[in-house]
Amino acid sequence: MQIALFIIFGLLAVAGALNLLFQRHPINSALSLIVVMMSLAVLYFSLGAEFLAAAQVIVYAGAIMVLFLFVVMLLNAGEEERTHGSKSAYIAGVPGAAAVFCLLSFVFLKNKAALGTTQLGGYLNNAVSNLTDISHSLFTNLLLPFEVTSILILVAILGAVVLARKEL
Amino acid sequence: MKHITTFELFLLLTVLKIAVVLVITLTAVAYTVLLERKVLGRMQNRWGPSRVGPFGLLQPLADGIKLFLKEDLMPLSVERPLFVIAPVIALGCALTSIAVVPFGAQTMVGGVDLFQIADINIGLLVILGVTSIGVYGIALSGWSSNNKYSLFGSLRATAQVISYELALGLSLVGVVLRAQSLSLRDIVNSQGAHGMRSWNIFGGFQFVAFFIYLMAAYAETNRSPFDLPEAESELVAGYHTEYSSMKFAMFFMAEYANMITVACVATLLFFGGASSPFGHIFDHLFATGIIHAILPVLWFVFKIFAFLLLYIWVRATLPRFRYDQLMGFGWKFLLPVAMVNILATALALSYHG
Repeated sequence: MQIALFIIFGLLAVAGALNLLFQRHPINSALSLIVVMMSLAVLYFSLGAEFLAAAQVIVYAGAIMVLFLFVVMLLNAGEEERTHGSKSAYIAGVPGAAAVFCLLSFVFLKNKAALGTTQLGGYLNNAVSNLTDISHSLFTNLLLPFEVTSILILVAILGAVVLARKEL
Repeated sequence: MKHITTFELFLLLTVLKIAVVLVITLTAVAYTVLLERKVLGRMQNRWGPSRVGPFGLLQPLADGIKLFLKEDLMPLSVERPLFVIAPVIALGCALTSIAVVPFGAQTMVGGVDLFQIADINIGLLVILGVTSIGVYGIALSGWSSNNKYSLFGSLRATAQVISYELALGLSLVGVVLRAQSLSLRDIVNSQGAHGMRSWNIFGGFQFVAFFIYLMAAYAETNRSPFDLPEAESELVAGYHTEYSSMKFAMFFMAEYANMITVACVATLLFFGGASSPFGHIFDHLFATGIIHAILPVLWFVFKIFAFLLLYIWVRATLPRFRYDQLMGFGWKFLLPVAMVNILATALALSYHG
């Protein structure tokens, strides 16, 4: 069951990501990104991280992407123009991406033993709730980073308001 | 029961539950439309639909046949795939969120709860997430119609829904703090002890949260007095101007299904879900067999019905907001009050226990 879910939604995520790159219209690209995020949410769900899945849907798919779409609709952005891109992107980009991919797979494969395994089921029937664990670690061990992040976001909001004010 | 395994039984019962709930919800949607037209008519001192069937009771059937048989117009300059998929998204999301709602007391048959399709421990978040995905139906329909009135309608709707989603989410935090769980079943159970006295709105002192939720939910469902996205006097019909036949009907059904979902959530979170307002006082009279299982469902339906009547009453009474008033009300009034409510609830809970 879990393998089937993983294959279906993993393929869907990859297809969405590729579609995001190949679509010429910004709205279609934004919609492909939503498909990617929803498939990722299903993957999180199947791994037993139900809170992460819900947060992914509510925050990314439900709020951030709506803003993306809103801006694209409001500016009525046309079709993108195809260029061949800069030369430096070709020279540095492909080896860079390959290097990052290799590094990540090396790290994951090397620490495979340390990574836990999980299965679908038990988590969703109220057997274990990782909500309590998340909130405990968020408000005890990680309290300082959590508060610093919220102040950072507050500063960003204020900055956006100030920048928007100048335009008026 | 020996011929089938537990998993097969689970699958069979779940598919059955989904089918039954879907049929009941769609029927309820059709009859909510009739209820609205009847009640609105009586409030405006006229009859409302009264010709088809006794008391006009077959009017939804006639409406359905009309919408099915109408020509499905497809304007030339629409973005075709998005234009078709937008009403599907709207209706799909509106119907999906019913899946986590517990309709009655927990009644296990073969390890499956009869009155709830899925009891997941993040039920409330699922409802919020699915509702927030439903915005895409409205946003895409307006943009893909290639019509300025549709675009304005959908921009208004999107901005309104994003803004009021915050107040809506924050107003529910107090209830979650009290129940210490996001599972809708747990939230209902936390209010079931002493009937009406332990409901969140009375015993839980969440009446501020309830009124914030109610106002934000009216805005979320684009209902009057927040129905600016389809303000006839300014925008023709808003985001569904270009839609006809079944595609229009899907938007229409989505709106009413969303109303029912909102009523369900309000009932579950603030009015004790399927529990009786008298608590367990009369349990010795009715606590036998099937009545014991059916009675909570009747209470639930009664509460939903009351909320739908309230919806219609508000629509008949209040005039439409102006757009800047709408935004100011959401951001400058509802949001701060919701935050104060969270603080007060958290302080009270930490003080008492």
